[in-house]
Parts: sequence; C-alpha cells; structure tokens
Amino acid sequence: MDYFDRFAIPHPSPAIYASMVAIGLTVIAILIGLTYFKKWSYLWREWLTTVDHKRIGIMYIIAALLMLFRGGVDALMMRAQTAVPDNKLLDAQHYNEVFTTHGVVMIIFMAMPFIYALMNFVVPLQIGARDVAFPRLNALSFWLFFMGAMLFNISFVIGGSPDAGWTSYFPLAGNDFSQSVGTNYYLMSIQIAGIGTLISGINFVTTIFKMRAPGMKLMKMPMFTWTALITNAIVVFAFPVLTVTLLLGTMDRLFGTHIFSMTNGGMDMLWANLFWVWGHPEVYILILPAFGIYSEIISTFSRRNLYGYTSMVASIVIISFFSFLVWTHHFYTMGQGPLTNSIFSITTMAIAIPTGIKIFNWLLTMRKGKIEFTVPMLYSVGFIPIFTIGGVTGVMLGMASADYQYHNTMFLVAHFHYTIIPGVVFAMLAGLTYWWPKMFGFMLNERIGKWAFWFIAIGFNVTFFPMFFTGLDGQARRMYTYSEASGYGPLNMLSFVGAVGLAIGFALIVYNVYYSTRHSSRNIGSDPWDARTLEWATQTPVQSYNFARTPHVDSIEAFWDYKKKGQPLFKGSIEKIHMPNNSGVPFIMSCIFFVWGFSFIFSMWIPAIITTIAIFACMAHRSFEKDDGYYIPVEEIEATEKDSEVLADENR
Amino acid sequence: MSELFPRKQVMGFVFSLVLTAAALTVYFLDVSFAVGMTILLATAFIQAAVQLVGFMHAGESEDKVAIYANIYYGIAIALVTIFGTLLILVWDM
Ligand code: HEM
Ligand SMILES: [Cu+2]
Repeated sequence: MDYFDRFAIPHPSPAIYASMVAIGLTVIAILIGLTYFKKWSYLWREWLTTVDHKRIGIMYIIAALLMLFRGGVDALMMRAQTAVPDNKLLDAQHYNEVFTTHGVVMIIFMAMPFIYALMNFVVPLQIGARDVAFPRLNALSFWLFFMGAMLFNISFVIGGSPDAGWTSYFPLAGNDFSQSVGTNYYLMSIQIAGIGTLISGINFVTTIFKMRAPGMKLMKMPMFTWTALITNAIVVFAFPVLTVTLLLGTMDRLFGTHIFSMTNGGMDMLWANLFWVWGHPEVYILILPAFGIYSEIISTFSRRNLYGYTSMVASIVIISFFSFLVWTHHFYTMGQGPLTNSIFSITTMAIAIPTGIKIFNWLLTMRKGKIEFTVPMLYSVGFIPIFTIGGVTGVMLGMASADYQYHNTMFLVAHFHYTIIPGVVFAMLAGLTYWWPKMFGFMLNERIGKWAFWFIAIGFNVTFFPMFFTGLDGQARRMYTYSEASGYGPLNMLSFVGAVGLAIGFALIVYNVYYSTRHSSRNIGSDPWDARTLEWATQTPVQSYNFARTPHVDSIEAFWDYKKKGQPLFKGSIEKIHMPNNSGVPFIMSCIFFVWGFSFIFSMWIPAIITTIAIFACMAHRSFEKDDGYYIPVEEIEATEKDSEVLADENR
Repeated sequence: MSELFPRKQVMGFVFSLVLTAAALTVYFLDVSFAVGMTILLATAFIQAAVQLVGFMHAGESEDKVAIYANIYYGIAIALVTIFGTLLILVWDM
C-alpha cells in the first residue's frame, strides 16, 4: 500500500473529508443525471467537440463562474478566521493552503477565463468575422485551461494543496521547505493552463490582424477589440517567461537541479525576479480588457461616441510596453541597491499616467451624454472612483522608500483588491450582463441586478477599505491570526461583515440568472440596448456562421451609422459559407494532459512517459489529418435569415 | 533555369551550416568562458535572423510591417528583461 500513501493528504481535517464526500457525490450525480436524461451524445456533439467561438466562450463563462465560487468560499473562510483575534477556525497550515488556493484560483482560473470568455464571444463578432483564425486551437486552449483548473482543484483532496502563496517564492516553495506535493500541483496545473493561454494569445492576435471585415482599418476597430489585441500581444510576450519559470521550478523540485536553491550555485532571488517579469504584465492582461468593456458600455449608455478614441488607443499601446518595465516594484525590499529601486519607482509612476488619461476619457464621454443607468452602466460608473483609489494607492506603493513601510502588509492587499475587483470582477459582471442577451436571447432582470450591484459595491468597500488602516498599523498579510492586544480585531470584524455582503451580492446574481431564465421575455430583438458595434448586427441567437453577408465597415461605429445615418453595411448577395468541422481531439488531448500533469506531480514516471508520447501522437494525428471543413448552402442560410431584423442594404 | 534555382535558400542553408560549425568550435577549442559565450550568443542570434528572414519569409508578405514591428517589440522586451535582471541581481546587489 506504500505506493498509495503518496495520495493521502498531509494535514487532514473534517472539513476536507466532508469536501471529499461532496465532490464524490457531485460527480456521481452528474454522471447519473447525464445518463438518465440521455445527454451524453448531446454533450459530446454540441459542446465537448465544438470549435465555435461562441460556445467556447460560454464554456469559459461557466468555468470562470464555478471558479469564482470556489475562490469565494476560500475568501470567506479566511475572513471568518481573521474576524476575531486568536481564532481557531483554521490552523496556520490550512490558512496557508487556503490563501494560496484563493490567489491562484482567482487570478489564473477565474479572471483569465472570464477575460477569454468575453473575448471569444465578442471579438469575432465585433470585427465581422466568422470565427477566430484557428478554431480548433481555440478549443484546445479552452480544454487545456479547463484541465489545468481541474487538476489544481483536486489538490486539496489528493496529496495536499500548495501552501507557499500564489507567488510561490522559492526557496520557500522548494523541496526543503515545502515537502508535500502541493507546489507540484501549482507548477503543473498553471503550466498546462498557461500553454492554453499562450495559444489563445497567438490565436487572437492573428484573428484581429487578419480577419477583420473589409474596410475595418486598425483605427476603426471598436475599443474592446483594441484592448483584446493589446492584451493578447502582452500574453504572447509575457507568458513564455511564466512557462520557463515554472519549468525551472519543476526541475528544481522533481529532478534535483539547483536553480532557485540557496546552495550549489543556485540563485535564491531569481524566482521572484522571473515571476514578476511575467506577473506585472499579467496584471495589465487582466485590466486592459476591462478598459475595453467599460469603453463600450459607457459610450452605449451615454449615447455618445467614445471621447478621445486616438488617445485611448495610444494609452493602451504605451501601457502594454511600460507594463514590462516595472516588475521590480514587487520586491523593492529584496536587497538590490537604491539605483535599481529608483529606476523602477520612476517607471512605475510613469505607468499611472496613461491609466489616468483613460479615466478622463470615460468621464468626458459621459459629460453631456444622456446617461441611462442600466446594470452594466452602474458597474462601469462604480468602477471609476473605486479603481482610482486602487491606482492612487498603487502610486504610493510605487515609491520605493515608502514601500519598505507598506510592503506585505494589509495595505498592499487592499491596493490590489481595489484594482482587481473593480478592474476585473466588475468589468466581467458588466460585460456579462451587457452581452447576455446576445448570448442567451433574453435579458437579466434589472431590478435584481441593481440589488446585486449595490451589495457587491458596498460589500466590497466595507471589506477592503479597513485593510488600508490595519495595514498602516502594521498588520502583515498572510498571517492566520493576531492577538487581541494588537487592536486589529474590530476592523477585521468589519471586513468579515463586508465579505458576507459580497457573498449575498454574488448569490443574488445566481438567483437573477435563475429568475430571468424563467421569467424574462424572449422577444427582445437583436439589439436590445440600442448599441453601436457590429456584434449587435447579428441575429439573436447568433447563427453558427455569425454573419450571412460579410459587413463592410466605413466608420468606427459602423452599426450605429447604419442604423442612424443609413450608411450601407451589408452589400452583395448571400453566398455559401465555409465552416470548420468539430473535433474531439482537443478534448481528448487535454484529458491526456491532465493525466500527464498528475503523473509528474506524483513523480510517476511510467504514466508520464506514456502520456508524453500520447500527446505527441495527438499532434501527429492533426498534422496528417485531412479536414477541409464543410459548406452551408445558400438555401439554408436564406431560410434562417428570413426573419432577421438587420436587413441587407437593398431590402431596407 | 536560373529563376527556378532557389539560390537564396541554398545560400541561407549553407550559411546556417557555417554558423552551426562555428558554434560547435566552442566545444573543441580551448577558449575561455567569456569568449565561448560570446561566440555562442552571436551565432545563435545570427542563426535566428537567418531562419526568420530566409526560411520563414518574414519580409515577403503584405504584413511585413506588422511582423517586423512584433519582432522588434519582442527584442526590446527581451533586452529590457535581461539587462534589468542583471542590474537587479548582479550589478546593483
Ligand atoms: C496605477 C497603477 C498601479 C501602480 C502604480 C501599482 C503599483 C503596485 C506596487 C508598487 C505593488 C507592490 C507593492 C508591494 O508588494 O509592496 C503592487 C502590487 C500589486 N498590484 Fe498594483 N499597481 C497599479 C495597478 C494595478 C492593477 C491595474 C492591478 C491589477 C489589475 C494591480 C495588481 C496588483 C497585485 C495583484 C499586486 C500584489 C501582488 C502580490 O504581492 O501578491 N495593480 N502594485
Ligand atoms: Cu506590478
């Protein structure tokens, strides 16, 4: 039985055993449900093998929401533990595992897929394309991300969770100080998901460069597409660093190299350095799509075109480059000299300038607009002041000498939540609500949505604002408890109350989905918000081929000008449409990747070798496969387009 | 006939073989670490350029500008990262 001992968890507790049972029961329930309702073939045909960017987008959304709740439960556990001094709810080891899991899940497995969810669904529609450039790779990206996420999520019931923080600094994360397989989970699952992200990055850059509708010059692209382009460019340049860093870490842990160790010529600070070479661009990968979403929403609901389009574009391009020049600000205290710290202080403060420009652009877009406070607009307007607090505290942290005081305190924790929650979570909820009718053919209820917004916005501030004060008073981050004499008790209790408010807000969103599915009108047309960009020029639900006729674009807001000024959009007659075939290979290959990662985590070399060969076999299969796609005939398109509201020009 | 002969490609192929041989000499000749690394780095970068331009046709399509812009951008970021890292961990530590 010794062989199986490795799968035992090193620090068991009743809660973990309960989770094991719950996971087991859920899996069984899903399997029985699928069999009972005879949904297996539907699932395989329509979802597991799909290469349609819209369906992949929807699967990303489901996965991201699941992960949001997983990470949210972790957050509630942490806040409950720190609500009162000397609490015994979680011990130190569990607390370490929980905050590590929370960080990784939220950044890698919630924020990233949410961004790719909306990019997948929206970008091809916004540029008038039929799909992304490489539809099958797109499916592979999704499934790699999904399998990476699942691998990470089983760590706490098989073998033990990682516990060295989401930043996983070596030497702490090395074998000497982290003996369980937890950090192996961290390395392998992020590696697998990261490969998926890198593939997506290349895919979207190519899509946006090569597949725009005729007439859509770069400077006529909608702002969300612009931010998607720049985000994916950052992905292409930043993610290889992560891949290599994780690989080096894996070598240290599994094969006994000494790259990040303190002995034998290792360089113990190199991990932190390389991690942030990826890590800081990563925070801009997270924020830029949000900027794009807000730009679309604010101009739609102010009924005005975006103020300062060119300066917006310029600032995101500058941000993309600067984001690679500031990484040292995450470890000012590591011991490098004042020269280095000064240089990186200056670059850090410089990056706040283009960010500030964008804030003014949004404010000026709203000025004199006829503002309509829908739910997406509420999130967008709420974002501006909250994110500004995040940015200002970021500049405070950016001053190297001051950072010696703030570093690794709750002040830092408050800073990055003040940027990431309005910058990613608000944006994704806003985008989800905004594009929901296009995805599912009905609107989410506005009243429940507004209640959810207020719970989330107020709950968020109540949770995180007190941390600025406890942090300045010296409360360190990642500490599982504190003494009563420290005086941190009351404000931490307040944080817990806020966290409960946030939880209620998210529960309301779930309820809203349920309520709207049952009660919302299905008769909403294809453009319920009276919006401005091309995705609203498709039918609802969007047909598999997106556009029956390729749109011809003559202005930044082609669809708006088509509606209001009668500018032509769809010329010519319907022709047969070429579509890619579905394929099961991405799913199967990713399942193999899952086993591959698992084998490495537990140093099981025989399965590791077999799965490595199998992965190459899948790639070889693809290389020799003959797959020409298929055509949708004209009659079929005409039949589905009969009652489309957006008419071809000659029929208007 | 001369249009049919892929002169550029053959030249490129020969050149990349020469570069490989040059890199290989580091193993056989007894040079210092610094000299060896210099040879390796120089041949590696020239090799990459030959491959990109000669065999991957970087400059031959309409998106020449986009391709070169991306390459320069990548190089700039790589240089910043490498020299930044040297500054942090070696020169100013
Ligand atoms: C005005 C722009 C910003 C500036 C000047 C800034 C500055 C900083 C600085 C100096 C730190 C390190 C502090 C320390 O460790 O002591 C930091 C941490 C962090 N920032 Fe920002 N930041 C900005 C915007 C953002 C944005 C937009 C995001 C994400 C969307 C973000 C996410 C983070 C995260 C996640 C950390 C902490 C990571 C960790 O140690 O776990 N920041 N920021
Ligand atoms: Cu940073």
